[in-house]
Amino acid sequence: MARIEIRDVSKLFGEVRAVEGVNLLSTEGEFLVLLGPSGCGKTTLLRMIAGIEEPTSGDIVIDGQVVTHLPPRVRNIAMVFQSYALYPHMTVYKNIAFPLRARGMGRATIKDKVEWAAGMFGIGHLLDRKPRALSGGERQRVALARAMVREPSVFLLDEPLSNLDAILRASAREELRQFQKRVAVTTVYVTHDQVEAMGLGDRIVVMSKGSIRQVGTPAEIYQWPADTFVATFVGSPPMNLMEQGDLLVGFRPETFLPAEFVEVRDGGVTYPFEVTYLEYLGAERLVYGNVGEKFQARHVVSRLPGSVDVSIEAGSTYSFAVSRRDLRYFDRASGLRTDKGLA
Amino acid sequence: MSGWQEDGTTVGLTRPGFRDQAGLLAKLMIAPAIIYISAMIGIPFVLAILYSLSDVTTGDPTLRLIGLQNFREILADPVFRISLKNTFFFAFVSVTLVIILSRILATALMADFRGKWLVRFLIMLPWTAPISLGTIGWLWMYDSIFSPIDWILRSIGLLGTPGALLGAQPNLYWLGEPKLAMASVVLVHAWRLLPLATVIQLAGLSSIPRELLEAAEVDGAKGWRRTVEITIPLTLPIISIAFLFGLIFTFTDMTVVYVLTRGGPVHMTQVLSTWTFFKGIEGGDLAQGAAISLFLFPALAGVAALMLRMARRTEVV
Amino acid sequence: MANARKIFRRGGLYGLLSVFVLFGAFPFYWMVIATFKRDHDLFSPANNPFLFNEPPTLDHLRLLLFDTHFLTYLTNTFLVGLAVVIITLAIAVPAAYSLARWARGWGETLGIGIFLTYLVPPTILFIPLSRFASALGLQESLWSLILIYPTFTIPFCTWLLMGFFKTIPRDIEEQAMIDGLSRLGAMTRVVLPLAISGILTIVVFAFTLSMHEFIYALTFISVSAKKTVSIGVPTELVRGDVFQWGPLMAGALLASIPVAVVYTFFLDRFIAGFTMGAVK
Repeated sequence: MARIEIRDVSKLFGEVRAVEGVNLLSTEGEFLVLLGPSGCGKTTLLRMIAGIEEPTSGDIVIDGQVVTHLPPRVRNIAMVFQSYALYPHMTVYKNIAFPLRARGMGRATIKDKVEWAAGMFGIGHLLDRKPRALSGGERQRVALARAMVREPSVFLLDEPLSNLDAILRASAREELRQFQKRVAVTTVYVTHDQVEAMGLGDRIVVMSKGSIRQVGTPAEIYQWPADTFVATFVGSPPMNLMEQGDLLVGFRPETFLPAEFVEVRDGGVTYPFEVTYLEYLGAERLVYGNVGEKFQARHVVSRLPGSVDVSIEAGSTYSFAVSRRDLRYFDRASGLRTDKGLA
Repeated sequence: MSGWQEDGTTVGLTRPGFRDQAGLLAKLMIAPAIIYISAMIGIPFVLAILYSLSDVTTGDPTLRLIGLQNFREILADPVFRISLKNTFFFAFVSVTLVIILSRILATALMADFRGKWLVRFLIMLPWTAPISLGTIGWLWMYDSIFSPIDWILRSIGLLGTPGALLGAQPNLYWLGEPKLAMASVVLVHAWRLLPLATVIQLAGLSSIPRELLEAAEVDGAKGWRRTVEITIPLTLPIISIAFLFGLIFTFTDMTVVYVLTRGGPVHMTQVLSTWTFFKGIEGGDLAQGAAISLFLFPALAGVAALMLRMARRTEVV
Repeated sequence: MANARKIFRRGGLYGLLSVFVLFGAFPFYWMVIATFKRDHDLFSPANNPFLFNEPPTLDHLRLLLFDTHFLTYLTNTFLVGLAVVIITLAIAVPAAYSLARWARGWGETLGIGIFLTYLVPPTILFIPLSRFASALGLQESLWSLILIYPTFTIPFCTWLLMGFFKTIPRDIEEQAMIDGLSRLGAMTRVVLPLAISGILTIVVFAFTLSMHEFIYALTFISVSAKKTVSIGVPTELVRGDVFQWGPLMAGALLASIPVAVVYTFFLDRFIAGFTMGAVK
């Protein structure tokens, strides 16, 4: 168990700034998710925590010890790669035993620990197989078992679920979450998938172009995005943004409902909504269209839950509204959230 | 595997050392190769140039530079001029032959048939067996009296009877007649290179995506059209590689000529490599030998530059 | 109709292949015939040269094995090959790994540079190298060949192995480092076992290339007992102008076939090196 501290870390690959001035502090036993589009520097940051890459400047501190220039093997970390990186020439048993043998543990201790780890992930019956004889889900479990067997102080995961099919991914996500709560090892998890990030993280670190945009709980990130990048990157469909003077007004699609469904007592805002296109998704409907009048005509989306059983057709204009407490304001120049609009 | 448990006991605790420094390891690991190559290829190459500008001999190994004297002398030497001409003649004729033949053979080998392994083994023999020993087999086939080629020609009446197409004498003297001797050398070079070129072409052919050929078929391209418009353009880089390697091997080879004719009859099959050997080693004139061998270099440098361009281009794709 | 055409095409294929097989393998068939033919049969121009007109004999083999240095040539070839393999491995494996993993920019150029040195032919190098050998007192010694043969094995094997290392995912090594190995340890404990087939390939090539070598051996060795097979057979079994065809062919045959068999197994990988990645 350990805290990870990242102090003003930057990483340059030649001229390219992969990570720039990142500061981050985890709590003990926390599940921290690095979320961002590909190329945002999240994997580079993870690899610097692991010790595979060395920062160009700044420091990495694990458990109070500066490890910036130490090789991975002395950091007591475990990592699961996107590809799982199982040793193809070794059996599952030898794969899991590998980190223990590298530490020179005795044969009997190794056997006990491997069996404990294999049992924990339900792969005790696979120990004699080679990785190529395993399914995707089994490989992922072997990789996790190999990571946990040495009882690391930090646990790093690089998109470990992206090679699984959709159904397996959902159940693996749940297992991973419960497992992490049980062992309470500080975990850093990299993903570009916001559903994974929201479902798994105690806190989410949203990154873009090498720097951190926002750190917060899933609810904070979703409800109070720090800037327009977070507002549009998190949430699907993304937050609607409309220009209003030197501000941008934002609201989530599910808060944009037919006027009769919105409590307007707190001063909601009503818009004429010209519907252009509808998607019926079973549990909900996505309604695409334009709002005009006070704003320049803007394309917005509304997400109607099944409980809103109003008939809506493309080509017609309806009266839609947003409750005032669901409105967010952003500075148009900087993109940062501001309280100006609330006044 | 069990060994490293013991010697690796304290791995987890040891302080980081050179074993962890990628930059240092990268240099340490490449250094022996660079040192060896510089010492055993780089320095001799420079020496070869120095020798060619000096009057060094086996008997008098002190290096005295005499300018371009050697080059003037060898250029005036008719044997050198024959060698230069032969080197290019042998290389281009045999490699052209090989490219055409290997194309046909590779296309045939793309098909599935029984006993492919054996066929492949037999076809590859000229390349896989040591060249000097394979050439010995040819030496015996070109024998002035017992040549089986002559025997066949005699038995079908083309040779050895008065009025026969190839003459009344019982033998053709393959290695004794200048024209025939040159043809013999070309044939052995082609024989030796065919397997290599075939396998290279085979790799090129099998790298063409199946869908591409199927798409061409759907588009109505058949037979020759398909070959001319799709297969050949797509495998052109690899054909060029086969061509360039063929040139290098024939340019630099001295085994075939040395074993078959030793440059004879009267230097008519002499090439630069054998002439280098006879002048420089057997004749002891290291300086002139080096000068002769350097005439290979411009040709090789040209080939190397072409290969470099191809390597760059294929890597971009 | 379609069936007839198919049979016709099959026939054409077999016919074509037969011609090529005959062309490629005939000299070796010719060696087999000469090896077992009685001299009297061999040297009668009227006899059909393709058949045994008299019963076959083992005389030539006996002469080759017991009255010539043939077995010594084989031993010499083997010793030189073995030493060259060891030197090649020791130098080419680390170099190839370094180029495959750590080289960016300059390394790519260096890699191609090393490959291009393979194109500097023995024909240019053997004159200066003969001075090296005499300066080191290595004339007439197998050590001269052992020292010099890596000039053609190292560039080629480094290039070949570099391609092999590049196919091994970096993840595996990084995982090994996280699992507790040093950078060097990740290479020796994890990457080398995975590259074993590539290493085996260069062992075979270093060995066969040194067995094929002719020019250096011809230049540096003239004492019969120190010769390798590739020069011993063509130079020693020819006495003046008198060719001892039977034993000569027997020697060529015995030395060729085993190396050809091994070589054939590894041919595809060899070609992968030649084509320099032009074929994926």
